[in-house]
Amino acid sequence: MGKTIAEKIFEAHTVDSLAGDITVIGLDAVFCHEITTPIAINDLMARGKDRVFDTSKIKAVIDHVTPAKDSKTAMQGKILRDWAQRHNIKDFFDIGRNGVCHAIFPEKGFVRPGYTIIMGDSHTCTHGAFGAFAAGVGTTDLEVGILKGVCRFKSPKSMKVAISGTLVPGVYAKDVILSIIKIIGVNGATDRVMEFSGPVVDRMSMEERMTLCNMAVEAGATSGICAPDMVTVDYLWEFIKEEYPSRQAALEAFQAFTPDGDAVYSDTVEVDVADLVPQVTFGFKPDQVRPVSEMEGTKIDQVYIGSCTNGRLDDLRIAASLLEDKRISPKVRAIVSPATPDIFSRALDEGLIKIFMDAGFCVTNPTCGACLGMSTGVLANGEVCASTTNRNFNGRMGKGGMVHLMSPATAAASAVAGTITNSEIFCDKGERR
Amino acid sequence: MKNFSGRVLFLDRSDINTDEIIPAKYLTESSKEALKPYLLEDLNLDGFDPKADIRDRAIVVTRTNFGCGSSREHAPWAFEVNNINMVIASGFARIFRQNMFNCGMMAVELDPGTIDHLFKRYGGGETVITTDFDSMLFTVSDDKGTETLPFQVSDFDLAIVRAGGWVDYADKHY
Repeated sequence: MGKTIAEKIFEAHTVDSLAGDITVIGLDAVFCHEITTPIAINDLMARGKDRVFDTSKIKAVIDHVTPAKDSKTAMQGKILRDWAQRHNIKDFFDIGRNGVCHAIFPEKGFVRPGYTIIMGDSHTCTHGAFGAFAAGVGTTDLEVGILKGVCRFKSPKSMKVAISGTLVPGVYAKDVILSIIKIIGVNGATDRVMEFSGPVVDRMSMEERMTLCNMAVEAGATSGICAPDMVTVDYLWEFIKEEYPSRQAALEAFQAFTPDGDAVYSDTVEVDVADLVPQVTFGFKPDQVRPVSEMEGTKIDQVYIGSCTNGRLDDLRIAASLLEDKRISPKVRAIVSPATPDIFSRALDEGLIKIFMDAGFCVTNPTCGACLGMSTGVLANGEVCASTTNRNFNGRMGKGGMVHLMSPATAAASAVAGTITNSEIFCDKGERR
Repeated sequence: MKNFSGRVLFLDRSDINTDEIIPAKYLTESSKEALKPYLLEDLNLDGFDPKADIRDRAIVVTRTNFGCGSSREHAPWAFEVNNINMVIASGFARIFRQNMFNCGMMAVELDPGTIDHLFKRYGGGETVITTDFDSMLFTVSDDKGTETLPFQVSDFDLAIVRAGGWVDYADKHY
């Protein structure tokens, strides 16, 4: 019987099989940030077990509130920083070199096809874009991962999400994943891996695949996952060129983590995106999604472009292309947060930052901050945000605030209009990709 | 082993997320006890008063996809410090469910029909659930009567609840 990508990865990493169809897997990487890791560190210390399973497999970053906003967040950073120094964790990204975890870790080449990765962060599913099994976990699972390099999961079932058709210009990966969550619902993929495939995924860049996989958890999925291909190899080449004689050789090695033709899936969802238009959320759940045209004119107070979903260079390029020689509406304020220092630096080189600033955007350092209402862009009671982030939960970006999730293009167009719109960006003519 | 019996808090809504259970702004707290006043502070549920309605409750009964969203273990911790150690629902988000058992707490799934029955028969009233692990039965009672309902938890989940959590188990075995 054929196997899915997740089944192949689990098969290569099984440490123990427990009753109730639970598998304990060995981990290739444990990612850490300053919100969920310090409590794990403190607990390990209290237990007299302040150890790490493998210094080289632990990567850590301060990203959620950075620079620290108060004494409490400063202490969270300090606990992580001191721990990284104490254990000689070389891949620790402190202020000045830090970025949003799910953007900076792939950028540094820490994610490879076939890897198993956990992090105390639900959007860890992002890294499945590389053909890895990557799952968010709580602090206890993180603690065991740090100490022992293992984690337990229900043996994975996979949902096949086959995406066909050709995207119209102005429609992006964010619109695709919002439309899929709308179809399957916020628990449509609970306890399963969403395996994305089809010609649309094949044509996507790694950045777009990361946007797709990033929001798998919003449908309840354990991990998103895309089969590794030459796009994956090209992205990783600078990190793996010593390991493989050629890109073709790397591709052949990565074939070990592509699904078999007769793999068995728990469900299959087939989506044709040919007629897909820009999408936006309207309620407090990520499956409350409708075409932007139906929300046209909705008043907004703030626009936010950034996050692990849509704070990468291509996202900034798309938004900037719609902001050039324009000003945001005087009725709104707008914030852009490049997701990593490298993205920020390239955006400077390309003149994107100047376009944002000339348009009236506030440009912040890389941070998760506003997405979860912790810093740098918290909403006031009753305010509305047009946001490229991933969650529209009640109070997510600030108590009493409303969040509308959308693509960077829709967010940029909305910033100019002062209300939700896609009129600037969307046409059903022109070249399809 | 923690307490799994007591008065019931009924939360009649699906998809209650971790940001509603404990908002992110409190994730900077370094002790579990500090989370106590903020449990369910942002819950979007008509008529719900977090301060008054949580008092002296030990068990939550709710609908499906409970605990969706963030990986924050602060969600189980916020229940734990309010002496609520068990959530009974027709479905859970994966991370929340595993976090509960990792903390030696219980996330028990009952079929939607049974959950619906609990809401219709007991919702809004003073209800007590008593948990019997030997016979795997809940005894549900209010001033009008008593009934028993069977429940299932895997042997492994029960073992880590009895052991008080996952860290000691994993350290011993791996």
